Amino acid sequence: MRDRDEGRTASTAAPGGGRKRLGVLEALRIAWAQLTSMRTALLLLFLLALAAIPGSLVPQRPTAPLKVRDFAAQNPELAVWYDRLGLFDVYGSPWFAAVYLLLFVSLIGCIVPRIAVYAKAVRARPPATPRRLDRLPEWVRGPLAGRRPSEVLDAAEEHLRRRRWRVRRDDDSVSAERGYVREAGNLVFHLSLVVVLVGLAWTSLFGFRGTAVVVVGSGFTNTLTQYDELTAGGAFDPADLEPFTLSLDDFAVEFETGSVQRGAARSFDATVTVRTSAGETQQHLTVNEPLEIGGTEVHLLGHGYAPIVTVRDANGDVAYSGPVVFLPQDGNFTSSGVIKVPDARPYRMAFEGLFLPTGTVDTAGPRSLFPDALVPELVLNAWYGEPVAASGAPENVYTLDTTGLTQYTVDGAPVAMRLSPGDTYDLPGPGGSITFEGYKRWAKIQVSRTPGTWVTLGAVALAVTGLSVSLFVRPRRLWLRVAGGTVVAAGLDKADGRTGLDEDVAELLAAAGVDADDGPDPPPDDGPDPPPDDGPDPPPRET
Amino acid sequence: MSEYSQLAMVASAVVYLLAFMAYAAEWAAARALPSQRVVADRRRSRVRAAVPAGAAPAADVDGPDTGTPASEDLTAARIRVDMFGRIGIGLTMVAFVSHLAGVVLRGLAAQRLPWGNMYEFVTSAMLAVVGAYLVLVLWRGIRWLGLVVTLLAAIAQGFAVTVLFVEVAPLVPALHSVWFVIHIVAAVIAAGAFNLGGLASILYLVRDRAERKGELRGYLAKLPSAAAIDTFAYRMHAFAVPVWTFTIAAGSIWAQYAWGRFWGWDPKETWSLITWVVYAGYLHARLTAGWKGARAAWIAIVGLATFWFNFVGINLLVSGLHSYAGV
Ligand code: HEM
Repeated sequence: MRDRDEGRTASTAAPGGGRKRLGVLEALRIAWAQLTSMRTALLLLFLLALAAIPGSLVPQRPTAPLKVRDFAAQNPELAVWYDRLGLFDVYGSPWFAAVYLLLFVSLIGCIVPRIAVYAKAVRARPPATPRRLDRLPEWVRGPLAGRRPSEVLDAAEEHLRRRRWRVRRDDDSVSAERGYVREAGNLVFHLSLVVVLVGLAWTSLFGFRGTAVVVVGSGFTNTLTQYDELTAGGAFDPADLEPFTLSLDDFAVEFETGSVQRGAARSFDATVTVRTSAGETQQHLTVNEPLEIGGTEVHLLGHGYAPIVTVRDANGDVAYSGPVVFLPQDGNFTSSGVIKVPDARPYRMAFEGLFLPTGTVDTAGPRSLFPDALVPELVLNAWYGEPVAASGAPENVYTLDTTGLTQYTVDGAPVAMRLSPGDTYDLPGPGGSITFEGYKRWAKIQVSRTPGTWVTLGAVALAVTGLSVSLFVRPRRLWLRVAGGTVVAAGLDKADGRTGLDEDVAELLAAAGVDADDGPDPPPDDGPDPPPDDGPDPPPRET
Repeated sequence: MSEYSQLAMVASAVVYLLAFMAYAAEWAAARALPSQRVVADRRRSRVRAAVPAGAAPAADVDGPDTGTPASEDLTAARIRVDMFGRIGIGLTMVAFVSHLAGVVLRGLAAQRLPWGNMYEFVTSAMLAVVGAYLVLVLWRGIRWLGLVVTLLAAIAQGFAVTVLFVEVAPLVPALHSVWFVIHIVAAVIAAGAFNLGGLASILYLVRDRAERKGELRGYLAKLPSAAAIDTFAYRMHAFAVPVWTFTIAAGSIWAQYAWGRFWGWDPKETWSLITWVVYAGYLHARLTAGWKGARAAWIAIVGLATFWFNFVGINLLVSGLHSYAGV
């Protein structure tokens, strides 16, 4: 734990016989001593800090998969190496885990023995008074002036006890100690760190987190199939999903229209109806105010637009009618999406393009100028092809695979339509039409359960408390001795950064009824300087 | 109101610079004083105990009124030095009042707490740094930190009004949370203490070197002993680390409300943790014999660098959930 320990351990080499067996044990012991040494702990701490850096600079797959893809497309060779080194998922990589697991092993190895030591120290009496009080950092003395030694010691003892010092009375001296809780705080702090990790592990084992997009007017049922994405821990059981349904009745959003931060979101407000076995309630869901349904939380993560279209096929039949979710691509909600109409006959149809809440088309192409739907427009290309039997394989609804499809063209140029609400576009070639009816908003919700939350939170609170105790409580010792007509009071701090030792010492002498000698200088002492550690030993901390 | 706020901020930057110049004049004037003898004082073994065995003996400097014969010239020089120091403090106070007005007016103009973007964070954090300095000047007499504090304040305020400035605007919805307010208050307090501690660590290194060489001239002679600076820096950090721990905890609770997860390795979160780990390293290093003094001071400086990188650099360089509207 302390550096001194290492030397001691390393030098206790196994003597003579039985060397081989002992050798292994000894090596293990040395390795353990090394791992739990303060120097290793320090090294691991800095290693952890260093290891965390790349994850903040390189895009990370769990949080930004798109950025990782772009990065890989731009730097294909680098990306291969990054992938090998786990740089796209630093916080899930084995080497990152190795650093923090080693740190925590070191922590436990360091703390557990200290608990035993502390348990003993708490019950132990304060240490005996050292022989030479005048070698301590702080001391004062005064004449006994004819009083009985026991009288002086009694007064000192009473003073200390009244002040809640732990006191030890010997024949000619009083010894007192205070500040035991510091070590307790330190132990609580380090143990809490372990508990924080336990809480996080519990959450990731039993918890889950999923997202779903819900269009205004439709709903979400909490079953596995309704999630767009779901990540869950190893011990998660889909049967445990809280049974509820949630329908999105309305979604109101306001954007900044002033010149400063124009377009920044100002408020979101989703009105939802939640149905559980207990009944039905209407509630509001906004950022920072998640819903709680049983042990499950629902957060509002994002929003966007779903243009409503009606598609007629070449036969004139309505092949599709309803909202289609488009995904925002920029801060002004230029949204891209795909409308697939597999049921159109004689040909299936498909559209791909952009929804622009406040549309414009300029040299930069079609884009939106403002996130609110002020001038909604739909810009699309169109395809048709032979119908295919539904394969049942999951298909990405946001991308269009154009194999087997032919683009609608006019005079050899692909059809590019630009529609305002109410507009209908009659397609050339085999025919058909699309009508842009209007739009709805959608909300992206996150449904999650984090069962270890309270463990983590409680441990963090304990850690902060323990840390404060261990940093603000400072152990101190005081002594008073009567010897040959002189009374000496002295004190020692075992941790630096504390003031007022001189006052405590002076007060002790005064409380014993002794006047301090007023000469500021100590008696000449030509002996060599004592090394700093010459004071009385600290409570036995080493293991 | 917003213009007045901006005016007050600019004024504070200028006056901090003037205060810095006054402290610099104090430093320069102090060079005229004779070089002071380093005296190893037996009664200070308390101080010595804080220095690793084998290091240079702890030293302290004779008070200005002992030892050296006080000629008329010297007295005049001392008075001049002291005058510059007092002017420095006076100017720092003036700048602080202007700075405070700038922050308060900004809040009034925006009709909310002035913590919605980088400009507001930096100005508020600097207010905490200077405020903590002034409190400690009155309470503990740490005028010696003035030179570096006002330099930092002038640079940070200047940077804020020129580069970071954005017009007043309401908060984005993600920032509407009590936990956000608690988080920011704690961060600003921690910023105050970390900065004072880090600046003291820099001065520690300078003073420590001079003490080792045995040459304490001018301003360096006016600094407290290296051991005393070290203790001061330690106290600042010991206060700041629990506050910073709490800052991160409050931030992750806010993240739980806003995004449904405590921790998502967002760059800002990651760097807060890095800062925290570096400071935990600092405390460990100090508590391990042999890592006191210069090495601990270097860790503190690295800690301060990560703190500022997290505070400003991350927002400017990397995009994450914390990149607020308008920087
Ligand atoms: C997870 C990483 C760790 C963090 C964040 C951390 C943080 C801290 C902090 C802030 C302190 C100061 C508290 C005080 O002054 O009492 C401290 C003290 C201490 N730490 Fe750690 N620590 C970590 C890991 C470890 C490990 C792995 C060990 C064991 C090798 C360890 C052993 C100690 C000891 C022995 C002290 C008290 C030193 C003394 O009182 O003299 N810590 N730690």
